[in-house]
Amino acid sequence: MADHVVTYRESVAEGIAREMRRDPSVVCLGEDIGAAGGVFKTTVGLFEEFGPERVWDTPISEQAIVGAAMGAAMTGMRPVAEIMFSDFLACCWDYLANEIPKVRYMTGGQVTVPLVIRTANGGGLGFGAQHSQAVENWVFTVPGLKIAAPSTPSDVVGLLASAIRSDDPVVFFEHKGLLAGKGAPAPDGHVVPFGEAAVRREGGDVTLVALASTVPLALAAADRLAAEGVAAEVLDLRTLIPLDVAAVLRSLERTSRLVVVEENPYQGGWGGTIVSVVADEGFELLDAPVKRVAGANVPLPFADALEDQVIPTVDKVADAVRSLATY
Amino acid sequence: MTETTAVTDLLALHETMAVIRRTEKAAHDLFMSGLVKGTTHLAAGHEAVAVGARAALRDGDYAFATYRGHHHAIAWGATPEECLAELMQRSTGLNKGKGGSMHLTKAATGMLGSYAIVGAHLPMAAGAAWSARLRGTDQVAVAFFGDGATNIGAFHEALNLAAVWRLPVLFVCENNFYMEYTPIGSVTAAEQPAAGRAPSYGLPAEVVDGNDVVAVRNAVARAAERARAGDGPTVLEARTYRHYGHSRTDPATYRPEGELERWLERDPLTVSSIRLRSAGTRDVEIQAAEDRAAAVVDAAVATARAGPPADLREAFTDVWADGGAAWRTTS
Ligand SMILES: Cc1ncc(C[n+]2csc(CCOP(=O)(O)OP(=O)(O)O)c2C)c(N)n1
Ligand SMILES: [Mg+2]
Repeated sequence: MADHVVTYRESVAEGIAREMRRDPSVVCLGEDIGAAGGVFKTTVGLFEEFGPERVWDTPISEQAIVGAAMGAAMTGMRPVAEIMFSDFLACCWDYLANEIPKVRYMTGGQVTVPLVIRTANGGGLGFGAQHSQAVENWVFTVPGLKIAAPSTPSDVVGLLASAIRSDDPVVFFEHKGLLAGKGAPAPDGHVVPFGEAAVRREGGDVTLVALASTVPLALAAADRLAAEGVAAEVLDLRTLIPLDVAAVLRSLERTSRLVVVEENPYQGGWGGTIVSVVADEGFELLDAPVKRVAGANVPLPFADALEDQVIPTVDKVADAVRSLATY
Repeated sequence: MTETTAVTDLLALHETMAVIRRTEKAAHDLFMSGLVKGTTHLAAGHEAVAVGARAALRDGDYAFATYRGHHHAIAWGATPEECLAELMQRSTGLNKGKGGSMHLTKAATGMLGSYAIVGAHLPMAAGAAWSARLRGTDQVAVAFFGDGATNIGAFHEALNLAAVWRLPVLFVCENNFYMEYTPIGSVTAAEQPAAGRAPSYGLPAEVVDGNDVVAVRNAVARAAERARAGDGPTVLEARTYRHYGHSRTDPATYRPEGELERWLERDPLTVSSIRLRSAGTRDVEIQAAEDRAAAVVDAAVATARAGPPADLREAFTDVWADGGAAWRTTS
């Protein structure tokens, strides 16, 4: 059926299931992921299909979840660990900051850590300051971790395939605001390689660099801008590490203007790194200052109207682009 | 595993402990002379725990250690030469000069690393044990850790997870009665920092004489047998003492007068010598084993020292499994 669509949420379970079918060393662990199917219902059906020896419910022990996944990954398994909300990565931060990304390097390459940490990231659902953060920049500060953050259902499947098959540790951000979103299902055997940004919309006037939730946002802004005669190109990074800065620079060769749209805070957000690479290697390409539309440097407030004040919105993106059009 | 041991086995254990003792002395002397930089945490005094545990286990069983881990690396087959070369930042070092004293690792023999964030490796050991079970092997994993590590959350999360999943993992505490410069009793609610916590997780525990290599070996053998039989984890608390200070040049003046001397009377090598003699081993045989150990380590110092410095290219290898360090695309 040509118009068959699936949700982002279903695609998470589908992506994991595909890998579990092809590789018996893939196992899942996390809180409530088994018979309950996950707090976000992103593991529905896995327990039924693969049973308790491959889908493990854990105690509320973020350090034990991620630490055990690390030990298992070092000894022949490919664990897929779920940390329910990305905010809780702080509870096992030692493993992300000090253990998992370092062990291969500091042992001189003696071990590999092929694991995936999946986590529900980002705001827009009114969960307040401790359940709504976009924290991909936390992970982005640590050399030695790969980072994926899909924006479409089929990318969820394709990036999960790459993540689970990767011999490197991957932090996989599933955006809470996109879970109910629909899109074309992933074809059989779909694999999206890491480090390949996707051009979601072509345009010659300005490049909007986006990730996960900010991709639909940038596309909506591009629609609005098109009505004003501005052609925006929307680039979906898909992975932060490896970072496809070559794609950004290629796009700037056509557009000469850059707006980075990121949900994590402006202070320390990943857009700062994109912009610094562009300033260093793409200065000659630019006809205007670069803009970053990012989360504000405040904790996330609860009320919808307040949350809108501090996270990127279509209005803010469109305004940023308009401010560049004067150059 | 029987509780009696052939004399030749005991002599071999004694010799390995002597190799570790001599390596630690070499590390200390090299640090003092500036050839070892950064930091060291020496395990002189703790030898019987690592050597006794390894003797009770099989090839392929996993070990996870702390920054005080030279003894575990050597017990798991790392040579004094590769260890000392690592300490001296040589390219011939165990970790190619990228780990240092706190991260000695010999993955080929199952010694999966030394970790310098207190307690972090306990969940990893649980995970390695989980993996053994998932892969259907009968391997066990051991986490060695200090008394101080029993007060960090990861210890408790690991014990609980390992208990509810009945994992084949051994938690071996080397209780040397100090966490850095602080007596453990003054910061720990339980009288026995590791063994005293085990019952709350429904885990069996034993307090062991950590200076008696045979006692350690027998206790670890019992725990490993339980683990392989599917009966889950065990907590062992091996009481021991470190001869040097906590790290670097710490003179350990916080220890009460006479304490070190009392422990030196029960030095693991002394305890082992007494047992060997009572089993009929002659002093000359014991001396010969210790002389062999000294010769191995002295040669290791010379060779390690003469080795090439860390290869500068290694700064940008081994981040990723493809051997490289690329974090971005280039046009
Ligand atoms: C999480 C963490 N906190 C503090 C330290 C600093 N530190 C290093 S060793 C140590 C003492 C640990 O004592 P214990 O567990 O008894 O081991 P021992 O050094 O006696 O072998 C401390 C506090 C650390 N490395 N990691
Ligand atoms: Mg101690």
